[in-house]
Amino acid sequence: MKSIYLATYLALKEVFRNKGRFFLVALVIALITLLVLFIAALGEGLGNGNRQYIANLDAQLVVFLEKSDYIISSSRLETNTARSIRRVDGVADAGAIYTSSTEIVSLDEPLKVSMLGAEPGRPGMPPILQGREFRTGEARETVIDRNVALRTNIRVGDTIKIRSTQGTKDEFFELEVVGLVDGQSYFFQPTIFVPAATWEKIRPQSESELNSDTPYPNIIAVKLQDPTQIEAMSALLMERVPNIEVADIQTTINNIPGYSAQQGTVQTQAVFTLLIGILVIGGFFQIQILQKVPQIGVLKAIGSANGMVGLSAVIQIIVVTALGVGIGGGLTYLFSLGFPPTIPLVFNGVNSLVAVILLLLIGPIGGMVSIIYAVRIEPLKALRLG
Amino acid sequence: MSDIALEVRDLVKTFSLDGTTIHAVDHVSFQVKFGEFVALVGPSGSGKTTMLSILAALLTPTDGQVLIDGQDLAKMGEKQRVKLRREKIGFTFQSNNLIPFLSARENVEFMLRLNGKLDHASRIRSDELLARLGLAERLHNLPAQMSGGQQQRVAIARALIHNPALVLADEPTASLDTERAFQVVKTFANLIHENERAGIIVTHDLRMCQFVDRVLQMQDGKLIRVYEDKDEIMELATATIH
Ligand SMILES: Nc1ncnc2c1ncn2[C@@H]1O[C@H](COP(=O)(O)OP(=O)(O)O)[C@@H](O)[C@H]1O
Ligand SMILES: [Mg+2]
Repeated sequence: MKSIYLATYLALKEVFRNKGRFFLVALVIALITLLVLFIAALGEGLGNGNRQYIANLDAQLVVFLEKSDYIISSSRLETNTARSIRRVDGVADAGAIYTSSTEIVSLDEPLKVSMLGAEPGRPGMPPILQGREFRTGEARETVIDRNVALRTNIRVGDTIKIRSTQGTKDEFFELEVVGLVDGQSYFFQPTIFVPAATWEKIRPQSESELNSDTPYPNIIAVKLQDPTQIEAMSALLMERVPNIEVADIQTTINNIPGYSAQQGTVQTQAVFTLLIGILVIGGFFQIQILQKVPQIGVLKAIGSANGMVGLSAVIQIIVVTALGVGIGGGLTYLFSLGFPPTIPLVFNGVNSLVAVILLLLIGPIGGMVSIIYAVRIEPLKALRLG
Repeated sequence: MSDIALEVRDLVKTFSLDGTTIHAVDHVSFQVKFGEFVALVGPSGSGKTTMLSILAALLTPTDGQVLIDGQDLAKMGEKQRVKLRREKIGFTFQSNNLIPFLSARENVEFMLRLNGKLDHASRIRSDELLARLGLAERLHNLPAQMSGGQQQRVAIARALIHNPALVLADEPTASLDTERAFQVVKTFANLIHENERAGIIVTHDLRMCQFVDRVLQMQDGKLIRVYEDKDEIMELATATIH
């Protein structure tokens, strides 16, 4: 108890009497914090843009064409697959999902969107926030992602025009917006939903594909009666339904082209930034402790315990690191207010918390060597260094 | 309580260096009473610092006994030695004496903090002691804002404030001019006498011996001569041109 008090006293006195020096280090830590938090937010934002729709599916399993390696765009299933899946015991529901990408041109600036075909009321079709579901059949109706609405001022009841390249020609189609769903970004693009038959008509396609009017789903989202039976049901489906492979949601997300590579890149950046932080702090405190050898020798010679001197070094490092992380957090908040919405920054509470905890740890980790060094300094140094 | 503050019995410290044995302290015995101020003199390499390190419980002797206020250093663990250093011993070093980020007053008070004895009364004593050493105007100065002599005086205050049995000073005048050196050692001697502590000052400046009660002269690790007679000491202090 007494030694905690003494250690705190020494640690803080030194900081207060050398404000400039310690503030500079805290500022370096603040900048590292800013960088790490932004990288984390960017990772979350990018990841979100890529996976949001899949992550939000009301399903536990995703069915692909056999040997498609869980890549959505290379999977093309038979039209009756969804029906076969629904007949398997333990399946609550299954919905076919058709993916493509198009462009809304009835705007000042054209907006690229993911155009997904889905079945109202089935997995794959998110719940309606405003308006209603589209009618099935070949209805020229669409339900759009709220992000599209926010970015373009399109409202329920409006008609939008899309452009799709079919064969060698650019075709234009008009769709009536009948409903809104929550943010459902897929493949970095906001999403519009259309009925499957409409999707087949208006999606971009090649000359050869134009001959067929049958929509083939890319994947099927499967909702289980018992959501915990992921492995057993996955095996059962593959046994009962021919020519398919089955993945859980996370596997599906990890196999979205570029997703894993991108998240890996972002994480590597964050890890390297943390490592740089550890080196910077380690370097600073190591140099400082080397300068303090005589002073620590005196402290020990006059009767300070090794533990107290070490504790003092730890407290000082924690205080300076916490100060830096605090300033960095504040700066991050201020900057995030002024960032343009086109940059996909998402400050996720859990990610930010993990980042902050890691940042708070870089101080003690970086300073470890100097702390051990401080504890090991012999009090005899006070006499012999004189 | 005995009037012996420090007792050294047949003390030996040897170092092995490249196969040869160095007798840094070679069978030395002496006692210092409370209220007695002793100088340890001798040429460079005669074993003064080694002796002081052992007395300060910073270095373990090869053989022999050291008793401080009746306590045998050899019978103590490291923890007890640390406790002994902060309770029973006061220190001044040749240089780098003070904690650089603490003011003069805080440096002295730190000794009280270490011993859990900082209270209103001891704060007043601490300020009085600093005033006594001519530092009344310097209480809030950091070491870097004080001269070498002022720093040495703060160190002396720190070495005395907790009423240790034994006060050890290693070359306290090394960085001072003659005038300041005399002044510092004189005040030191007065405080040792008034407070009835035992003081040992290591110096190679024999002129400083005029303020002490006894001179222990070392050479090659041996205690070769002890000056106790006041006249002999004055002769040693004044005759020698250093
Ligand atoms: N750690 C050590 N290792 C080896 N020899 C030492 C060590 N410390 C001191 N000595 C030797 O012991 C002798 C006495 O040294 P010291 O006590 O420093 O003398 P003084 O302080 O009187 O100059 C010297 O010969 C010195 O070289
Ligand atoms: Mg010496």
